[in-house]
Amino acid sequence: MGKRVAVTGVGMTRQRSARPDVTGQELINEAVRMALADAGMTRKDIDAVVIGNMDHFEGVNYVDTWSVDGSGALMKPIMKLTTGGTTGSTIAMAAYYHVASGLFDRVLAIGWEKNSESDTTGAIITAFDPFWDRPIFAGAVAGLALEATAYMHATGATEEDAAYVAVRERKHALNNPYAHLHLNMTIEDVMNSPYLSWPVKMGDMCPRTDGACALVFASEDVADDFPIKPAWVLGVADRHLWAYTSDPYLDFKTGEAWFPAMQKSARDVYDRVGITDPLEQFDVAELYLPYSFAGLRYMESLGFCGKGEAPALTRAGTFDMGGKCPVNPSGGVMSSNAIGATAIIRVAEAAWQIQGRAEDRQVPDVKLALATGFGGCFWSDILVLGKEKPEKARG
Amino acid sequence: MEAVAIVGAAMTRIERERKADGYADLVYEATRAALDDAGMSIDQIDNVVTVSNDFFDGRTISSMAIMDACGSYDKNVTTVEGDGTFGAFFGLMRVLSGSYGTTLVCAHHKGSESQMPLITNAMFDPIYARMLGIEAITSSALQARAYMTKYGISEEQCALVSVKNHGNAFKNPVAQLPLELTVEKVMSSPYIADPIKLLDCCPISDGASAIILATEERAKKITDKPVWAKGVAHCSTAYHLGDHELHDVSALEEAAKKAYSMAGIKDPAKEIDLVELYDAFTYMEPLWLEGLGFCEQGGGGKLTESGKTAAAGELPVNVSGGCLSGNPVLAAGLNRMIECALQIRGDAGEHQVDGVKTALAHGINGPCGQSHCVWVLGGEK
Amino acid sequence: MAEEKKDLITLESGEMAQPFNWTAGVYGSKFLTELRDNKKFVGVKCPKCGKVYVPPRRVCGPCFEELTELVPVSDEGELITFTVVSFGFVDPATGAQKAVPYGYAAIMLDGSDTVLLHYVNETDPAKIKIGARVKAVFEEQRTGSLLDIKHFELI
Repeated sequence: MGKRVAVTGVGMTRQRSARPDVTGQELINEAVRMALADAGMTRKDIDAVVIGNMDHFEGVNYVDTWSVDGSGALMKPIMKLTTGGTTGSTIAMAAYYHVASGLFDRVLAIGWEKNSESDTTGAIITAFDPFWDRPIFAGAVAGLALEATAYMHATGATEEDAAYVAVRERKHALNNPYAHLHLNMTIEDVMNSPYLSWPVKMGDMCPRTDGACALVFASEDVADDFPIKPAWVLGVADRHLWAYTSDPYLDFKTGEAWFPAMQKSARDVYDRVGITDPLEQFDVAELYLPYSFAGLRYMESLGFCGKGEAPALTRAGTFDMGGKCPVNPSGGVMSSNAIGATAIIRVAEAAWQIQGRAEDRQVPDVKLALATGFGGCFWSDILVLGKEKPEKARG
Repeated sequence: MEAVAIVGAAMTRIERERKADGYADLVYEATRAALDDAGMSIDQIDNVVTVSNDFFDGRTISSMAIMDACGSYDKNVTTVEGDGTFGAFFGLMRVLSGSYGTTLVCAHHKGSESQMPLITNAMFDPIYARMLGIEAITSSALQARAYMTKYGISEEQCALVSVKNHGNAFKNPVAQLPLELTVEKVMSSPYIADPIKLLDCCPISDGASAIILATEERAKKITDKPVWAKGVAHCSTAYHLGDHELHDVSALEEAAKKAYSMAGIKDPAKEIDLVELYDAFTYMEPLWLEGLGFCEQGGGGKLTESGKTAAAGELPVNVSGGCLSGNPVLAAGLNRMIECALQIRGDAGEHQVDGVKTALAHGINGPCGQSHCVWVLGGEK
Repeated sequence: MAEEKKDLITLESGEMAQPFNWTAGVYGSKFLTELRDNKKFVGVKCPKCGKVYVPPRRVCGPCFEELTELVPVSDEGELITFTVVSFGFVDPATGAQKAVPYGYAAIMLDGSDTVLLHYVNETDPAKIKIGARVKAVFEEQRTGSLLDIKHFELI
């Protein structure tokens, strides 16, 4: 049986539009040093390192071996994992499995990206099939716009409903010094912002960001030896259903408005952890919402409410700070998106919330937190973190 | 470490160019074959680890294209970017975590579709190194020269590796490049980057491979010939080539030390029956054998000369023909593991070595073997 | 004017390219040659679930079955979802700025169970409806590429 696993150190750079003052290794090192200091560790205490980003955003091959000056992996095991937008959550889960396996007690997980070093849309387009997708694909914005159109058609949700999500995320970011965008926007501001790809407007989208995030994952055998309280990882899950960029839109034909990979992934982890009513049970959620409409469809797919019910709950403030289950107190992906770091930042924020260390964005008395990753052809990663040590390892 | 076994293993034929098939097709072929080898259906696979690299595949999120082909639909699937030995290690951890009873690990490479020097050039620092044109062959030449100078290893000794491994490939039906060579033939092949000559280099290859790992409980139900993971570890040294002595293989020594300790091996030369290591260039075989502790530092050349590493020797090394006879990068390390598994099972056909109980498989990441992964596999738990 | 001297140096890669020669595979090639030579669409049918994939692919993900039966599908179909792309970006296939705005849609051809992404010849979102019927319009000069289809027109 595997070991129980906790997050016992958090490090993160301020997320910024461009960091020409540092190389990639130096950017990584900022987050790593902060995480090690937070965990009361030195480089020597690390048993293994996992790292991830998206190769074509920086044009570096074999980032694992390239990184060692920054990542601290000299004469240590280091492994790279990459899965597109989900890279950060993949890294967090990989660190979880490293520790749960019993082979390593202290594992450093690093997600990073310097999106300023390349053409993000161009690099995203090359993610897709050179024959079937690439000639006519317009990157993530248009791909998400297809989802938004279909979601509105299936549920009757409006562009204004989505704007409420955008305004909430941007407002939350004002409390987060690590966030890239600090924008005080109104519904009118979002609605009047130019269309990027109808129905998605500038105000609905995430930025592109430079940033890194590092977490220390520790086993139950050592988790109590750290200066900060452990945030326990209660469960992790992932589903990838599709291989072609066109496939997810098929879900609207067969599954109406749901996001099946997210539902399946949620079911997997909820069953392991014992979640039956997410809205009641989670105290906070840090979700990979790359644009505003995701804040509607994904809430429904994660089981926070029924189909088509997210707009009303959003307008009622259910997911605002002070609401029943605040979503993205950090400002989320719409406020910072250093792609390889983005999903691990969700886990970092969830850990800070559990540990009561989220400062001006702290939600009171967080016992159970949800973190997600999103990417590829609508791939879905889910992690649940808790304050209480689980009775047994759940796997 | 709880007992975990390889219960299924297969690779495609390694070829210079599989023109009609994309890499997803190769992955499907390997995955299907590994399932057949184990006598399993896809619904008995609990989770999947794919191995790919965005540069080699020429697309971002390269694993996306193989999601159907690797049988990952409605399963937890993730992607290790690096050699297959590292991917297999992650697959092992997913089983050890208690979350999954079985993991399928697949890896692929289509070298025929890309420009290898451009891709391996991208391993190097963009500000200080790339514009000098350095890539896999030139960096390896620097390492070869450093190694040969330090220990007096001769080009002829390296040539012997080429003669041996290409010769071994004749008995391996999936090998790409069996060649009847002599030391003279290797020595008279043109220099690519001194001291590396054409016949010191692995070819460019297409291929895919897959293995299935299982807990002891599941393994016993699946096969009566499980191959047990006895020990595994990996380790990376410094990145910049000037930051460490290129003949120094302490990262490999460290990985081997840990893997041996897990496997309870005290004297590898006595206790390991067969080695499959990552011989992308001939000098790597003696150098890695030193790092793995099969001889003293600088003794790799003499070890090769002694004939002990021949198929019929005391320590057969790369009986399959090695990477020199077919190198689908990334899949290549997984192939080393598969070869060891087949040898331990007694299923290696014409190139079967008698009495293989414990075997060692090895893979690398990064330039000049910056990061090494060592697996010890055995027939006995 | 003198070039600005920067204190923080960045290195432009220039026109860095990694040339590839991707394989379409046997069925993919059949799909593209049918477009090129006959202005017709083919898909491939799963022997287990009966789903028809367009463009053809080797494996049915849910069934993990190899697909071998090529079947003809219509050049008309239903619009599943759409957008109108209006932001400027560099098309990595050409290196040139893509001309915007353009209509972009997910289309399920009659006889197919999957969707094909392509252009639709309308840029006013008010004039496009999910569920609309569309028909393929082909280029005069065809080369065996997805762009042998000029766009889909609303019918």
